[in-house]
Formats: sequence, structure tokens, C-alpha cells
Amino acid sequence: MTVIPVDGLVMATEDTGAWNAVVDFVRAWPEMWPTLWLGTMDTVYMVWWATVFSLLFGLPLGVLLVTTDKGGLTPAPTVRAVLSAIVNIGRSLPFIVLMVAVLTLTRFLVGTTLGPTAAIVPLSIGAIPFFARLVETSLREVDREVIEAAHAMGTRRFTIVGKVMLPEALPGLIAGLVMTVVTLISYSAMAGAIGGGGLGDLAIREGYQRFNDHYLWATVILLIVIVQIAQSLGDLLVRRLSRR
Amino acid sequence: MIDAVGLHKVYRLKKRRVTALKGVDLHVEPGEIFGVVGQSGAGKSTLLRSVNLLERPDAGTVHVAGEELTALRGARLRAARRGIGMIHQHFALLSSRTVAGNVGFPLEVSGVDRARRRARVGELLELVGLSDKARAYPSQLSGGQKQRVGIARALASGPQVLLSDEATSALDPVTTDSILALLRRLRDELGLTILLITHEMDVIKRICDSAAIMEAGEFRESGRVLDLIGTPGSLLARSLFPLPAHRGADTVYVTYPRSYDEPLMSELTRRFDVDVNILGGGVEEVAGQSVGRLSVDLRGERRRQALTYLAEQGLLVEEAGK
Repeated sequence: MTVIPVDGLVMATEDTGAWNAVVDFVRAWPEMWPTLWLGTMDTVYMVWWATVFSLLFGLPLGVLLVTTDKGGLTPAPTVRAVLSAIVNIGRSLPFIVLMVAVLTLTRFLVGTTLGPTAAIVPLSIGAIPFFARLVETSLREVDREVIEAAHAMGTRRFTIVGKVMLPEALPGLIAGLVMTVVTLISYSAMAGAIGGGGLGDLAIREGYQRFNDHYLWATVILLIVIVQIAQSLGDLLVRRLSRR
Repeated sequence: MIDAVGLHKVYRLKKRRVTALKGVDLHVEPGEIFGVVGQSGAGKSTLLRSVNLLERPDAGTVHVAGEELTALRGARLRAARRGIGMIHQHFALLSSRTVAGNVGFPLEVSGVDRARRRARVGELLELVGLSDKARAYPSQLSGGQKQRVGIARALASGPQVLLSDEATSALDPVTTDSILALLRRLRDELGLTILLITHEMDVIKRICDSAAIMEAGEFRESGRVLDLIGTPGSLLARSLFPLPAHRGADTVYVTYPRSYDEPLMSELTRRFDVDVNILGGGVEEVAGQSVGRLSVDLRGERRRQALTYLAEQGLLVEEAGK
């Protein structure tokens, strides 16, 4: 670091300071990398399994929200009211509160409340109603005339869901899934705050509590990269599948 | 082929009840094209949906090809529906499937294997003239092509009856003509019975053998189109041939229910020494026959004899001035 004591170069000196910070950050990267890699893998692990569970439970839930509605395939106002209420409860809790609220369930299911595996429980519970509503919205976009045409052709209701509603709504469903993944990435960082592990955990523990800016920046960059990758892959898929 | 008796249907909305059908009787002969025309809200859509039980009427029975559909539910109703094709105003194609996938859908649903399906889809696309579009997606087709796909799909399981729900309402006039011509050809070649609903009088005029005019859940008149036109006070005649609103004490409406080669009007002036002043009129091709309707002022001492003479020639004479 050389500072030339000449008038008019004060600005240059300051620039050099910022530049040096970047250089320091890049130099620190190899040392941080093993920890960052583990954190990234933890985040991917949590988000992956929470996505699987969201799909497994959120998709049928979203389908039921549509089919049990009046004018749907199997109208059942009471069932729908109950399902809708459950979804709303799930949607109305801020994720950080939900995490704490389901700790008992987490301990019952996983045996511990710490670590990435334990974090999958609140992540899934938070994402299932979120995804279910997105599924509901996409399915409602399916042309009613097309569903009626399927009825007129003597199609069973179960087949109408599987061969008409879901395929017709597929681009919207994929877009909803991507949105869920992105939300899960952000939730997973919050899960880090109560010991869930992953990049959020690193940012809080190393970055915030130990005042290590390098970790903070690194996690921010990695989170952005992960979200970008997820979103771009999803967009690509939606474009491929869209036939409208 | 289609017999519906005493159909009633009431929709219960939040605060009011809307009566869609008030005791409609519908009788469609095998091989006939029957058109129901009316304003939106007249109940024609409910009537059409009652025939394949997409709407279950509150009262009344529906028989199609001798089978009482109103007595069926579940799997047996679905099986019966496969014997009734339906085409839709906005085509109702699956946007996620190719043309071939759409046409094959009803076959797939009823469990026809892939090889037989492919062969049948090929036949059907040939029938509607879209063999080269098998692999296209609906969004790549024009409106007329989409409706052809809809027709091919409706015919996939070999139905005897085709229901058409405003099938040409979303199409331009030229395309409408080609779709109507296709429907007529299919009726002739396959012996289909077609029940269609429309708000366009033109559709009735072009392809229907029989028609009904529907208003507020009831048939105002129904029967064979040519018979209706020859009936005094016919709403259908009035709708098909809109005549000028002007009418004086001497105005007479003259309807020709068939083609005439004789120069009737000049004969009238010569024989009865009356003055004939034509106010308006037209000649149209209806149900394969040319039919005309005129509005004329007829004045003279022997006016009454002149009118009697016209009636004797088989024309329908209505005195508008009265």
C-alpha cells in the first residue's frame, strides 16, 4: 500500500483503500472456502428436501383447494373451508415465529432441533401452504371450457386432474415451484439464525457475531448466485414448456 | 335421435332464482341438423348442456339414440357421453398437446391402445383436412383450423350425435362458411345428427333443416325451417328477412316458401289492375331452397282479389297494415 503525498491524489488514496478491501477479501477466499462450501451444501440440502416435501404435500393440497371449491370437480365447501383455513394459518405466521412454534414437532420427528436436517421440518411446513396457494392460482387459470370439454368426452374426474388440469397448468406450476425454492433459500438463511446451519448460519455466526465482513460478503454472493441459478433454470424450463 | 321432454332448470343464485328452462320439448330426427337460435341468456346453452347432462335438468327426461341419459350416473353416464360429440365456441383444445394429442384424447381416455389411436387420429385429421398439422400446437393454428381440430376430436369415438355450442361465433365470415360446409358434409357422409345453438340467424339459414327460436327459457316456435317460413306471423321469417319498418294501410308481406319462375308481380298488375310498389325484400337460399319475402304496397279496386290470387299460387300473404 503506497500513498503518494501529492495534492489532488487524496481521492486516489481512498479508491485504493476500497480496492485493497476487495483484494483482501479475494485473498481470504481460499481460507474461507472449505467452510463456505459446507455451508452451501447444507443450504442446498435443506432447500432440496424442503422442496421435495412442498411438492409432495403442497401439490395435492393446491389441487384439493381447487377441486373442492364450488363449481369444481368435487365441490365440498366444508372441506375447502378447513383446508383454506389451515393454509392461511401457515401463510400468516412469519417464518421466524413458525420455526420456534414447531420446535416440539421438529424434536419429535428428527430427534433434535439443531442442524440442517432439523431445519427441513419448519422449512417444509412454511413452504407447503405457500406452494399450495401458488398451485391453486395456476390451476384456476386453466380454461373452464377445456375442463367442460373433458367432461363431455366422458373423462373421469381423476383423469381430468391428471391429464387436463395439471398438464395445462404446468408452466405456471413450474414457475410457482421456482418461487417456492427462492423463498426457501431465504427461509433457510433465517433457519441459520436458530442453529439450522447453512449459509445463513455462517453469515450470522461468522459475519455478524464475529464481525468478519469477509464471511458476510461471501455468503451474500453465494446466496445471490444460488438464487440466480434456480431462477434461470426455472425460467428456461417454463419457456420450454409453454405452448400458449 | 334426440328426445327431450319437459326440461326444467332453475339456477339458484345468492338472492334470486334464474329460470333457464321452462318446460322445453326438443325432438331431433336422425340425420337432421337442428338449430336453436336466441339471444344470450335465452337458455339455449343450458338446453344444449342438458342433452349430454353437463347440466342435469331439475325435471324432464333426455333420450339420445334410445337411451335415457337422465337415468344414468357415474360410469354409465360417462360411457353414454362418449357417444355424443361436442364442439365449443372457443374450441376448448388442450394447449399443452399437439393437434394429434388433442384428437387422440377421447380415445386415450376410453383406453384405446396407442397403435389403434394413431391410425384413427390419422383418419380423422384427413377427414377435416388437417393431416399436415398433426404435430402443430393449437397456438400455431388459425381459428378455423382450431375448430377443425375440435370437430375431429368430437368425432374420434364415432358418435352418432354432435352438439355444437356456438361453434362459429368466434370465427370470421369466410371461416364460418367453411366450418358450416364441413358440418354439412360430415352430416351427409357420416349420417350425423347435429344439434347446434347459435345467436346468428345466418347459421340457421345456411345449414339447418329444423330450427327453434328460444326466448326466456322457452321455444317460441320450432319445426322444419321451410314450414316455419311458410307460417303466418313466423318469427323466423321475420328474423331471416328483415323488412323495412315503414308500413302503410295497404302494405302486404308476401312470402315465397319455394322458388317461383313466373313473373308474379307484373301478372298481378295486368290481371287485377292494381298498383304494386315494392318497399323492400330479399331472396335467400334456405335449407337448400330459394325463399323470398317482399314488402309491397298494393293499391287498387280489385286489391282483395289480387291478394286471394297470390294466396292461391301458394304464397303466404300477410296484411301488415292491419
